[in-house]
Amino acid sequence: MSRQASRLDAKKVNSEFLTLTYGALVTQMLRDFENVEDVNKQLERIGYNMGMRLIEDFLARTSSPRCLEMRETADRIQQAFRIYLNVQPTISNWSPASDEFSLLFDSNPLTEFVELPQDLTNLRYSAILSGCIRGALEMVQLEVQCWFVQDQLKGDNVTELRVKLVRRLEEAIPAGED
Amino acid sequence: MSEEIVFDCLHAEIVNYCLNNSKDQHDLATLEYIGFTTGYRLIERLTRDVTRFKDELETMKFICTDFWTLIYKKQVDNLRTNNHGMYVVQDKAFRFLTRISPGAKQLEQAPKFVAFTCGLVRGALSNLGINSTVTAEVQTIPACRFHIEVNRS
Repeated sequence: MSRQASRLDAKKVNSEFLTLTYGALVTQMLRDFENVEDVNKQLERIGYNMGMRLIEDFLARTSSPRCLEMRETADRIQQAFRIYLNVQPTISNWSPASDEFSLLFDSNPLTEFVELPQDLTNLRYSAILSGCIRGALEMVQLEVQCWFVQDQLKGDNVTELRVKLVRRLEEAIPAGED
Repeated sequence: MSEEIVFDCLHAEIVNYCLNNSKDQHDLATLEYIGFTTGYRLIERLTRDVTRFKDELETMKFICTDFWTLIYKKQVDNLRTNNHGMYVVQDKAFRFLTRISPGAKQLEQAPKFVAFTCGLVRGALSNLGINSTVTAEVQTIPACRFHIEVNRS
């Protein structure tokens, strides 16, 4: 067992492994559900569950303080994408009230090697990302909506993910302790 | 490496998805199949710049060293064979089992976390021209032993 693994680029393989595993999961779901909307929902839910766990790791790793406004939150999300998926989305298209912004991806690691067949134009292949953002932000008391505006898989030049703040969640007081 | 945690989370969710979705809680076939398709595709990327393997044993060695290191961040601890198509791969600290507390109580949960890998290895071998059956055996967490049986026809 003297072979060296250094011939293969570990970082690249890592992300390809993730991509392929995710692809296998999506394929399986398409086989399990007849309705594409159901697949979208499942992917979103899986992302939500992952986001809830990943935020713990993110906060432990970066020890970033609480964000007081959405612009800071956007920077943190950008940082998280850099750490976890090794991509750097651009933040743009702020709404005048600063409660809504877009994340622009030149490339999306999840959709490498992926092409959507004609009959699956309703599939939101990367729905796991929006679920992740929603789940993670909910753990820091931000309820957001997150959806795709543009998608490279559907022929757009960039992938655009829109994030909108719905409300700040209040710390609920346990019954009988006020 | 930071992306590891993402994969660990994804793996946990896949396990969760497959078992919640099937009627039988002990049905690991879907999980194994997801692993299979992943392994099948992955090996194509991994062996692109690798010289052709001389024989079956060399292929197995590749799985145990390079393949394992890339995915599980360590080499396997032991590889044994009877030279008749049976291979036993032992990993004393299998990545997906290291976060489970060691104890007999969790032992019955272990198959869920090794099924994906069984498929992964089977898929990888399959694309390298070896038709096989892969099973796993966990006696104490986090150690795991994979039995690879080459099907000759």
